[in-house]
Amino acid sequence: MTGFSPLSWGRALRVPQRLYFLNDRHANWPPRVRTGGGTCLAFGNGRSYGDSCLNAHGELLMTRGLDRFLNFDPETGLLVCESGVLLADILRLFVPQGWFLPVTPGTRYVTVGGAIANDVHGKNHHVAGTFGMHVERFELLRSDGTRLICSRADNHGLFAATIGGLGLTGLITWAALRLRRIANPWIDAETVRFRNLDGFFELSDESDRDYEYTVSWIDCSGRGKRLGRGLFMRGNHAPASAPTGLHRNREFTFPFVPPLSLVNPLSLKIFNTLYYHKQLATETRVVQHYEPFFHPLDGILEWNRMYGPKGFFQYQCAIPMASGREATAQLLEAIGRSGLGSFLAVLKRFGSPVSPGLLSFPLHGVTLALDFPNRGPRLHALFERLDAIVRASGGRLYPAKDGRMDGSLFRAGYPQCQAFSEWIDPGFSSSFWRRVMESS
Amino acid sequence: MKKVLIIGASSAIAEAVARLYAQRGDHLFLTARSPDRLQSLIDDLRIRGCPQIFGQPMDANDFAAHAAMLERAEADLGGLDVVLMAHGTLPDQAACAASVELTLNEIRTNALSVISLATLVANRFERQGRGTLAVISSVAGDRGRQSNYVYGSAKAMVSTFLSGLRQRLFKAGVAVVTIKPGFVDTPMTRDFKKGPLWAGPEKVARGIVRAIDRRGAVVYLPSFWRGIMWVIHSIPEFLFKRLSL
Repeated sequence: MTGFSPLSWGRALRVPQRLYFLNDRHANWPPRVRTGGGTCLAFGNGRSYGDSCLNAHGELLMTRGLDRFLNFDPETGLLVCESGVLLADILRLFVPQGWFLPVTPGTRYVTVGGAIANDVHGKNHHVAGTFGMHVERFELLRSDGTRLICSRADNHGLFAATIGGLGLTGLITWAALRLRRIANPWIDAETVRFRNLDGFFELSDESDRDYEYTVSWIDCSGRGKRLGRGLFMRGNHAPASAPTGLHRNREFTFPFVPPLSLVNPLSLKIFNTLYYHKQLATETRVVQHYEPFFHPLDGILEWNRMYGPKGFFQYQCAIPMASGREATAQLLEAIGRSGLGSFLAVLKRFGSPVSPGLLSFPLHGVTLALDFPNRGPRLHALFERLDAIVRASGGRLYPAKDGRMDGSLFRAGYPQCQAFSEWIDPGFSSSFWRRVMESS
Repeated sequence: MKKVLIIGASSAIAEAVARLYAQRGDHLFLTARSPDRLQSLIDDLRIRGCPQIFGQPMDANDFAAHAAMLERAEADLGGLDVVLMAHGTLPDQAACAASVELTLNEIRTNALSVISLATLVANRFERQGRGTLAVISSVAGDRGRQSNYVYGSAKAMVSTFLSGLRQRLFKAGVAVVTIKPGFVDTPMTRDFKKGPLWAGPEKVARGIVRAIDRRGAVVYLPSFWRGIMWVIHSIPEFLFKRLSL
């Protein structure tokens, strides 16, 4: 137990909690966790933005010390590792051997346990689905000390509840996941500029079939005819014959927390305009190393500090296909009107693959993600307007990114939440769960 | 390629060192007290690229097992180039102050077991006329402080023993490296409040591998601890005894 308490990625929420560091997957629960009466929650690398990885007045089980590989089958690509292993560790070790993650989120600095508990998705959702769909099995350590191997065949109920289960069903000690073959670390990447939201949907229709990876960046300052303008990024793993270059891994750590957020209306306007016009041609094509293609922000470690001492919130919603076009336009209009632009607005079309996870976030439709500096009530008023649009369109918000949604919006977006709660380990809880299930 | 024996391999620093050796393709023999943890280390390091890896569960306080373990490590690896001793505990100073038995047990774990193993390794290396023995001592051994003088005196004994051993073995071409880490953020120190002087085990591990490669003598990790300990060492006793370090 130590005196400091970790923050989640948004740095906006501070709660007291006790820490317990795990480093041996064979170890039984310490007496305090077993009989302490309070609740515990696994905390991996702290990349969840809000309070889904926090447990106010409870125990946090710090899992980064569980970072060992158990087994790898070079015939099938099945990797077994402890839950605190970072996706970055897997990539570093296995990319040179010709293997890649089946699904990678926008940062490689998340743990395997966190990737399962949030059932993360990536730029290939439209073909590969979520991370949890590539997990063959895992061991779940429950607070009563039982250890269960969960898979599609065994303990299927807990398997489905734990994928996307926000860490509430117990502690994942290890997991087996299937890697995929690649010829080299390079991505054949194209960036296409589009003038408005219709342009985005046309490009999605055209690209989702031929490109494994697609995602778009949206210029939030675009209004009227330019509403939803942006850059469409798409790519495939480069074939063995592709000409390759030299990749230098340059990392920079954002050195301090500035007294004020560096993200403000002026810097946003400048950044968004420059970024939209960063290429002269409408379409460019490059062979790019996988790191900048998948994890552009990982080049700046601790970039979340630039939002200043009050931190920031991310808003990520998924909207069903039928109302996707309309709701996205309404969301972007509401944000444009508020003047509270976003540094990074990401739009992507989710595909039809369905995860076994009961609380899995992705649904067949579109997803929009935006970061906002924490400006207090003004920002929360905007969030409520956005919530109304999401609710009316039958959409949902992403718990991994959320620190403020209303309980009723969560329950409307995740109709399986009651069925899920049957599988919760009574010794586990989180600030997020208490907030959305115990509030009106 | 080196043939490396690591004693106390499940300590956070030793595990980080083992990963560096595994990545380089060196051959390893590990000991750890818990058979389960030893097996997880072996599986992990093999996947991380270690081409040849062996191990044996051993409690370092089982002095009778030391010679046989060395025999087996040398046989399995086909020789020995480097031995790193990393086992140890961090005693609860207040509990030690109240119990002679506990104090002597801690001295046994942190000093006597090291001396037993170091004596056996030294004689082997002297006979073969080469080798590097590295032992993780501590800055705590540089001067006794009320907050951890049982640990400190055990480490002082280790440091002094190694100093003599280094002189004796120099003629035989054997290097003896005393590693003195400062504050390292590991499971052993999880209850401490962390500040800017703290380093991660990976950073300390890189320093250890470098010191062993260069056949260093006394190495502070991170290196600024040499300066800090020089200052602490220089404080006159009449003043030092009044401090609450």
